[in-house]
Amino acid sequence: MDSLNFWVIQTFNGISYGALLFLLGAGLSLIFGVMRIVNLAHGSYFLLGGYVALTVIWTTGSWALAIPVAALTIAVVGLLMERIFLRPLGFDPLRQVLLTVGFAFLFQQAALDIWTGNNFDINPPQALTESVEFAGLFLPLYRVFMIATALAIGIVLWLAMEKTRLGAQVRATVDDAQMARGVGIDTSRISMMIFSLGAFLAALGGVIGGAFLGVYPGLDFEILPLAFAVVIIGGMGSLGGAAIGALLVGLADNFGKALFPEISYFTLYAPMALILAVKPTGLFGRE
Amino acid sequence: MTSQQIKILMVVVALGALAVIVPNTNSFVILLSTRALAFAILVMSLDILLGYTGLASLGQAAYLGVGAYATAILATTYQFGLGMDFWLVILFGMLVGAALAAVFGLLAIRATGVYFLMITLALGQCVWGLAYRWNSLTGGDNGINLRVKPKFAGLDLGHDVTFFYVVFFLFALSLLAMYVLVQSPFGRSLAGIRERELRMQILGYNTWLHKYIAFIIAGGFGGLSGVLWAHTAGIVSPENVVLTTSVDALLMAVLGGAGTLVGGVIGSFIVFGLREYLSTLVPWWQYVLGAVYVLTILYLPFGLMGIPERIRQWRASSGKQADPKTLASVPS
Amino acid sequence: MTGTSRLRVNPALLGCVALAMAPMSSAGAQEELRIGFVAPTTGIFAQVGKDMVDGFQMYLDEVKSDFGGAKVKFIVEDEQGKPDTAVTKAKKLVLQDKVHMLVGGLLASSGYALAPVSTAEKVTYVVSIPAADDLTQRDLPKYPYLVRTSWSSSQPSHPFGQWACDQGYKKIVTIGADYAFGYEVVGGFQRAFEACGGQVVQKIWPPLGSKDFGPYLPTIKRDADAIFSLMVGPMSLQFPKQLRASGNRKPVIGGGTSYDEFVLPAMGDEVIGHVSALQYSAALDTPKNAAFVKAYRSKYGKVPSYYSESNYTTAQMINQVIRNNKGKFPGNEEFVKQLAALKLDTIRGPVSIDEMRNPVQNIYIKKVERKKMFGYDKDELWNTVIKTYPNVNQFGQFKKAEFLATPVYGRDYPPCKFCN
Repeated sequence: MDSLNFWVIQTFNGISYGALLFLLGAGLSLIFGVMRIVNLAHGSYFLLGGYVALTVIWTTGSWALAIPVAALTIAVVGLLMERIFLRPLGFDPLRQVLLTVGFAFLFQQAALDIWTGNNFDINPPQALTESVEFAGLFLPLYRVFMIATALAIGIVLWLAMEKTRLGAQVRATVDDAQMARGVGIDTSRISMMIFSLGAFLAALGGVIGGAFLGVYPGLDFEILPLAFAVVIIGGMGSLGGAAIGALLVGLADNFGKALFPEISYFTLYAPMALILAVKPTGLFGRE
Repeated sequence: MTSQQIKILMVVVALGALAVIVPNTNSFVILLSTRALAFAILVMSLDILLGYTGLASLGQAAYLGVGAYATAILATTYQFGLGMDFWLVILFGMLVGAALAAVFGLLAIRATGVYFLMITLALGQCVWGLAYRWNSLTGGDNGINLRVKPKFAGLDLGHDVTFFYVVFFLFALSLLAMYVLVQSPFGRSLAGIRERELRMQILGYNTWLHKYIAFIIAGGFGGLSGVLWAHTAGIVSPENVVLTTSVDALLMAVLGGAGTLVGGVIGSFIVFGLREYLSTLVPWWQYVLGAVYVLTILYLPFGLMGIPERIRQWRASSGKQADPKTLASVPS
Repeated sequence: MTGTSRLRVNPALLGCVALAMAPMSSAGAQEELRIGFVAPTTGIFAQVGKDMVDGFQMYLDEVKSDFGGAKVKFIVEDEQGKPDTAVTKAKKLVLQDKVHMLVGGLLASSGYALAPVSTAEKVTYVVSIPAADDLTQRDLPKYPYLVRTSWSSSQPSHPFGQWACDQGYKKIVTIGADYAFGYEVVGGFQRAFEACGGQVVQKIWPPLGSKDFGPYLPTIKRDADAIFSLMVGPMSLQFPKQLRASGNRKPVIGGGTSYDEFVLPAMGDEVIGHVSALQYSAALDTPKNAAFVKAYRSKYGKVPSYYSESNYTTAQMINQVIRNNKGKFPGNEEFVKQLAALKLDTIRGPVSIDEMRNPVQNIYIKKVERKKMFGYDKDELWNTVIKTYPNVNQFGQFKKAEFLATPVYGRDYPPCKFCN
């Protein structure tokens, strides 16, 4: 294996993994920015998204249909959770965080009862399972698809945040929720929307990642720390930060495992802790 | 008798009852209680941060982990700590925990609130990453088996009841030490920092140093809990340092009532009871555990230890109940 | 399978409630044989645990829980996939339920955690799944009440290495989950393959639980003739898919868990033609197995995995011993001795137990094919048996004394002489 090829393919792999992490991390970051809560049920949304997609595929046979149905279903779950349980707690981050853990445990058991503990896999259309040969390299099309999806979602989110009135309100809430309320922004409604958007994105990631990581019990708490790594490195509440964080985590994870297998997770989390120590809000987070 | 003295008396009576009743039950209950007590030390150490200093840590399992791994590595590789030197391992475990906290504290203490939560999570994950992947030291995913328990001065810790009493003794000492700590002037200034850090700074306190020292002390007790945990479980694996173990500790502290020390003990017993005893009875125990968490957080912000206070408030205001907003105002 | 099927486990669990409430009082005139079964029924290994319980339960149902006149009390405890919980639960079974024997455990680490309990509490431990080599090799003297009815991790690998030589493979790259079970399966293969002239030219160890193999695939040496993989659980599903998408055209062979019936139904056509070795295949074409697969499938809605078969057979073996004793449990030493002396014709073929209390059994070399089997009308993936190595013991083609003098297989043992 010549070494240039090695670096190119590893970089490509890292970017595609980062694309998946972006879907997961973007929602978590926005939720944090708006509500100042750490949603420990975010991994559960990812997993539940995969499971709902499987049910849709089993009943209708359509992978394309499974993506929106799963994402929307979980968005509703997120919305209900925010309205019924998190909102009444007011602005008490610690209790909200702990509440999300309680839910993560409940979701875990419910998923086991509904979908059993079998290991499942989401099979995308045949066309996406092929790979293209490019300058002697095999690029799996599914990885290309993941990158394209993350790019498209990222651009839509960015436009929505920067160009719409609602987006401006969200940004204002992230900057200073009290001030935002002061100028008449309904921050409660913003929270509700962002929370369910976050759930939507996580579930979307779960469906797309389902073909790549599988769908199985335990995936929820396995993927959660990675989502945090993305948010922490990129900065909390910042969309651009989440994108860069996802890319960095994807690459660090990939190269760490390929080059320093014995300390591969350490190479991921130690920089994360250092960044936080220097800048508690993350690389691109606003104070 | 003051109400404080009554409370102390109640705790002493409860502990005495525990020490008398548990050894007379069957060995399964003894084993469960031993586990709950060993873990309760970790929960109390977390409570020093959470309840008395206002710092919610999501990485406390790291200290249990280093204490447990240190014990296991010493015992299996060096045959150290299986006799009278067990007590040296206890000391060593506390030192390792404290040393780790001293390093992590430098990084973490500056952060507050949710940011503190995040950075402790990241640090905890670092320890997990090493435990999981550093095969030559930690045995990786298989962990390390401790096949023998210490024996010394006619005591065989392999005997369930003997081991229970040793753990109970160390637990009681820890409880006492931590109680003295939080009642001391140092502890009072921690509470001051929790209530209003800026004011304490203006009064001339070095709040960073106070928090740093509290963090190190908590790490030391975490290490102690790890030493006991290693011998209780007989196996040390990355499972002991995963995120969910830290989350467990945090939930136990809140379930029992943060800022009360003994609340963490109650939380520990309830969770172990549900997870390991209820699970022998019904397959849906996990729903009960999840529901207990959710309901406690929703309706009992001060945890189970807050129930008497809650009732008093409710009586006093006859319906016009006060709705405490944050954990920060927990009565200590 | 939905909520309803979980309820099937309940009678066993309810049984244990009843027992906890009224210990000993229900014994009556009939002998009672209490079997404590340790398996994960919640958490990430819950479904494997269910296969284990179902296999055992199916045998009990067939004989109406009657072992030579003794009424079997089958008490299932949830080990949650954690070794320290396995210990707690085992102690509960021994101390509170007073079981005659412990059966089960899933992971090798659970096996290692349960074995000392059997020694300390003086209770028989029938290892019906955990495959850690040393339980019945170098560590056996520590566990006088232990007997294994399943397999040792490297047992199928020894004949499989020979088979790889027979195919004309000269250089092989191994990629296996980075933990003891992986080391043993890969190590056994390497020793056997190199003993007949092959060369393992590279050993890659992705962490247990890896699903993204992107970092490892590009490092696979190009000059290898074949790839040997050892995956478990969810890893098994992703590796072949990603390997193919990375442009690999080399033959793929692997350890049994890479393609066992627990993961096979969720796999796609990318695994067709892959070859693996294990002591059981659901596609084993014998009347006994055909009947078992059909009965199991109609009862539990899925093809049995080796987790199911192993526990079914374990129940059968226990029954045989108890029947020989007219429904009485003969005591630990005697039970272990008699079980180890059994020669039974089981679903997986003839099984006997060697002097180190590990089964001697057929090892099947299996190729994944899409076909119809046993009269089912759908094309499905099956592990077609292409070669049988009869009566293989845990040391395979090697001498027991020499084998035991070498260290247990590890990450760096056997050393990779040809990795450069």
